Amino acid sequence: MKKYASFFRIRFINGLQYRAAAYAGIFTQFAWGFMTLLMFWAFYKSESSSFPMSFSQLSSYIWLQQALLALFMAWFFENEIFETITSGNIAYELCRPTDTYYMWFVRNVAVRLSKVVLRSMPILLVCVFLPSPFGITLPISSKAAFLFILSVLFGFLIMVAFNMLIYISAFYTISPMGIRILAVSLTELLSGAIIPLPFLPDGLRKVIELLPFASMQNTPFLIYTGFLTGTEVINKIILQIIWVIGLFVLGKCLMKNALKKVVVQGG
Amino acid sequence: MIELQAICKTFKVSKRNAGFKEALTAMLTKEYDYIKALDNVSFKINDGEMVGYIGPNGAGKSSTIKIMCGILSPESGSCVINGRVPWKDRIKHVNEIGVVFGQRSQLWWDVPVVDSFELLRDIYKIDEKVYKGNFEKLVTLLHIEEIIRTPARQLSLGQRMRCEIAASLLHSPRILFLDEPTIGLDAVSKIAVRSFIEKLNKEEKTTVILTTHDMQDIEALTKRIILIGKGKILLDGDLEALKRRYKGQKKITVEYASGSLYLSDGLSLVNSLQGRAVIAVDTNVISVSDAIAAISKNLEVTDISVAGATAEEMVVSLYEEYHI
Repeated sequence: MKKYASFFRIRFINGLQYRAAAYAGIFTQFAWGFMTLLMFWAFYKSESSSFPMSFSQLSSYIWLQQALLALFMAWFFENEIFETITSGNIAYELCRPTDTYYMWFVRNVAVRLSKVVLRSMPILLVCVFLPSPFGITLPISSKAAFLFILSVLFGFLIMVAFNMLIYISAFYTISPMGIRILAVSLTELLSGAIIPLPFLPDGLRKVIELLPFASMQNTPFLIYTGFLTGTEVINKIILQIIWVIGLFVLGKCLMKNALKKVVVQGG
Repeated sequence: MIELQAICKTFKVSKRNAGFKEALTAMLTKEYDYIKALDNVSFKINDGEMVGYIGPNGAGKSSTIKIMCGILSPESGSCVINGRVPWKDRIKHVNEIGVVFGQRSQLWWDVPVVDSFELLRDIYKIDEKVYKGNFEKLVTLLHIEEIIRTPARQLSLGQRMRCEIAASLLHSPRILFLDEPTIGLDAVSKIAVRSFIEKLNKEEKTTVILTTHDMQDIEALTKRIILIGKGKILLDGDLEALKRRYKGQKKITVEYASGSLYLSDGLSLVNSLQGRAVIAVDTNVISVSDAIAAISKNLEVTDISVAGATAEEMVVSLYEEYHI
């Protein structure tokens, strides 16, 4: 365990170095959040009753999304991992007494966490003080707050476990770009990163909600805003746990299979 | 102890001719070539030995190293290292080996070298005392005290390679694989690396397997060489014996002002430029002094030198001999 912990530490500390990127990120995320909210505001002004969420719930959703972007951004990959596979540098990683799946998993967790630590607090702090209904409201109860945190954790693990599948695909294809672009666009749409999933048409939504993508950011944010309540919350968290385990097992198997017939490229 | 027996490995390589049309057809039907990277490779290396593993590019050197590291599994044959099959018992196996791939890097690019070392300490679960001892020793022997706190990205190739070698020895491995450790290094770094490897083998009794294209490495370091070509082991033996085999060949380089070159029996022209010629002498046919006399008879010689076959030339003639 210690080896993974110290690997986490070195990556996490390294991630904290990039202060300027964090300030730029905070600024961008504010701008993006406001633009999204203003767009929805225009729709809400014309007919607010035809939307599934109240505008204040939507504001909380959007600001959480911006604050926790680093945890759930679908397009973020460690390019070095792809390079390791395509260039053959993985030879060194395989010469270590470690499990490469766990090493990469820890690495992604560390980098994303180091980013979110720098960015989330300033955004959340400012958004609490924004005038209603544009600001973020506090969770409806302490129980909801607890379930939200739990659900963020599972959603985050699903995100990283899904990332791992894309990395592993690089073993099977010569260039991982195609799969990567496809996966990013699908995840963006199906996870509610573009528009919250409750806005999608009913029939389609019911199917999408069962997919792992919906368990990433959609579930925790809907728990926070009080859109999901009671047994619905528990069911969704159970679904998240199923996906965490499912994607993890799938990733481990694919990795094992890939390494069995791995061809380390180059000299 | 390393024992390889009848190891075979085939790679599937896709191929197509150049051109747009060919590229389109390749989308529908792909042709593959099967290349035998390793064909019945067997050898045995005892503890504490230092072995040079040589062969031209693409001969199968790296594949063999990868198999011995447990990264690659062969289709058939057996490989037992210290009583373990590397690719089956990978995690236990890699604790006892150190690897340096000269063309790759194991140091973290953006952190000081010492951070990479400490990470390796945790990964290999090296005892703090052992780590401190190894660290001190390696840092002094490889002269890297000054650069250890610099991020790897700011090091020169020679500095980085010395750090790479230190990194692969922190966990005191019993076997060290060096895959082209001196590639691209300047003369000073090469000599530093060589003398370190020599010391390591002598004092720590670490088994060293060295692949290289630099014959000076081989000459300076190893007694035994294994030659591989097209996936087959062609020669496994003593470097000295090989040298004796080529003892009968000398080369005379002659510079002359005027005259024409006359070649008697036992002499052959290697290459000639205006006023300069290199002549190979077969000493079984003609002695060196007779050869010089014969050459200088019709030439106004300004300079002349005689040299025996270098390791480099021996390898070239070995490659020619085995058609690889």
